[in-house]
Amino acid sequence: MHHGERGKNLLIQPLLILNAVIMLYPLFVMVLSAFKTNAEIFASPFALPDSLSLVNAARMWNETSFVRYLLNSIAVTATSIAAIVVFGTMAAYAIARYQFRLSAAVFLFFLSGLMVPLKLAIIPLFIQLDTLGLIDTRLGLILIYVAMGLPSSVFILTGFLRTLPGELEESARIEGASELRTMLSVMLPLARPAMVIAAIQNALPIWNDFFFPLVFISSDRLKTLPQGLTVFMGEYNTDWGVLFAGLTLAALPITLVYVVLSRQFIAGLTQGAIK
Amino acid sequence: MIRPRQRAATARWRLRLWILLLLAPGLAVMTLFVAAPLLSSFRYAFYRFDGLLPAAFIGLANFRDVLAEAPYAATTWHALAHNCIVFAALMVAQNGLAYLIAFALLKALPGHRLHQVIVFLPVVLSAVIVGFLWKLFFHPLFGLVNAALALVGLHGLPWLGDERTALGAIIFTNAWHWVGFPALIFLAGMQRISRETLEAARIDGANDRILMTRIIWPLVAPSATVVVILTFIGSFNWFELPYVMAGATGSPGGATDVLGLYFYRTAFGTAASGLTDFGHGSALAVLMFLFIAVVSALALRVLRRREIEA
Repeated sequence: MHHGERGKNLLIQPLLILNAVIMLYPLFVMVLSAFKTNAEIFASPFALPDSLSLVNAARMWNETSFVRYLLNSIAVTATSIAAIVVFGTMAAYAIARYQFRLSAAVFLFFLSGLMVPLKLAIIPLFIQLDTLGLIDTRLGLILIYVAMGLPSSVFILTGFLRTLPGELEESARIEGASELRTMLSVMLPLARPAMVIAAIQNALPIWNDFFFPLVFISSDRLKTLPQGLTVFMGEYNTDWGVLFAGLTLAALPITLVYVVLSRQFIAGLTQGAIK
Repeated sequence: MIRPRQRAATARWRLRLWILLLLAPGLAVMTLFVAAPLLSSFRYAFYRFDGLLPAAFIGLANFRDVLAEAPYAATTWHALAHNCIVFAALMVAQNGLAYLIAFALLKALPGHRLHQVIVFLPVVLSAVIVGFLWKLFFHPLFGLVNAALALVGLHGLPWLGDERTALGAIIFTNAWHWVGFPALIFLAGMQRISRETLEAARIDGANDRILMTRIIWPLVAPSATVVVILTFIGSFNWFELPYVMAGATGSPGGATDVLGLYFYRTAFGTAASGLTDFGHGSALAVLMFLFIAVVSALALRVLRRREIEA
């Protein structure tokens, strides 16, 4: 590198560090404040907490439905992702590995879902779920998430499955394996990386979604974490320590997963945008 | 006894059935929860609703109301103006900053990988968490923002309570939440530029400013297209952050009202009034959908042409 370059990089590095501070410091304060009493938060917002007291977190955990919301979010996200990957893989496999008359049309039908912001169809969705008796149920929420996630997973998986060589199937068929067997034990194990991308790409928007539960879920026992947050932000609005504890606990699961899988997250989400 | 031709026919049928079986669950969900609702939403916009039921066909009346009749139209245009401000502000502040961050990261200085992870961290958090966090920080008396200003001797403002600053405060929060996303999209685009191109520019004496504006900018046109379109769609569907930080009515006094909030209020009512109005709500949804689709398609054409020229 040139000499002038190095001098300039000495300028850029501090700016990057400043940016990192701006991104991290608010989250740092959030975590610190979760250990503080109200008085501490108001008197010395920047200081470290007097003690690492878990009183606030314990109140969040015991007095509110936090655990229930958390479990609901896990159940809804996990079921939706499982269905998206299974149904998406099935459809993609049919489109990618067999020739049939409406193949292109079916593929386009799935892809058209990529263009549709499903939020704007919330009124007919509401009426649809009401007709099916699925308002205020986990199943209703899950079905909508599956519809939201299928287009991208069919897109990713079809693209991937098409690249697999045909000889693999042929030799399995010659050995007398059924179509199901060929799919499950020969082809799909190879498609695992694409399934992981499809799963990560869809898991985050579902885990974080607030809009659909806001409209469809009204029973407290069915609420998801983002929706549940709005409940206790109202209930504890004078108890800032508890509020920060709630935000910290709510942010914790996804942050931990992200720290472990950051590379996959970044690749999955930005590739999803670039395609 | 089965003859060979018959056996072949049976095999063909079995294969067809198998393909159908593979497609059925996906197609069923897509039909029930994407295609049918979407078609219905166009139909519902032409009806007056009685609760959850379309009661009477009223032609274009819903559209006329939300675009040109009191009291609907004033709110629609007011909200649309705010969406435009949000889009413009995010393009400059969020995406401009993202471009600079991407350029700095492209230099691969020590710690750049860690920095990517850090700048993307808020992106994975729910808008509800981010919104509430900054709502607490913007609190006029106890918030972190005013406490920080006080340290340098500045008088803070009731950021979310003042009509002049509320929208800006939410836009700032959005930028903090999302800046990592365009940054890494730009970075991915920049990393695709060949080293030789950049080296050649350097040898020709291009400094960072020229490199950023004349050399790299045209070459990351595909990334820019993605960022512009996604920011546009996001700005005109904006809902969670203003809902969490300013409530369904876009307080104070509608200063943060946007189309997403207005649509939600119209369709499902507010805490204060639980009145649902699916007719006008559908008309708003259809107009928003058409607006977003048409503008995105036009923008895409223009931006793609730019990519090819570059």
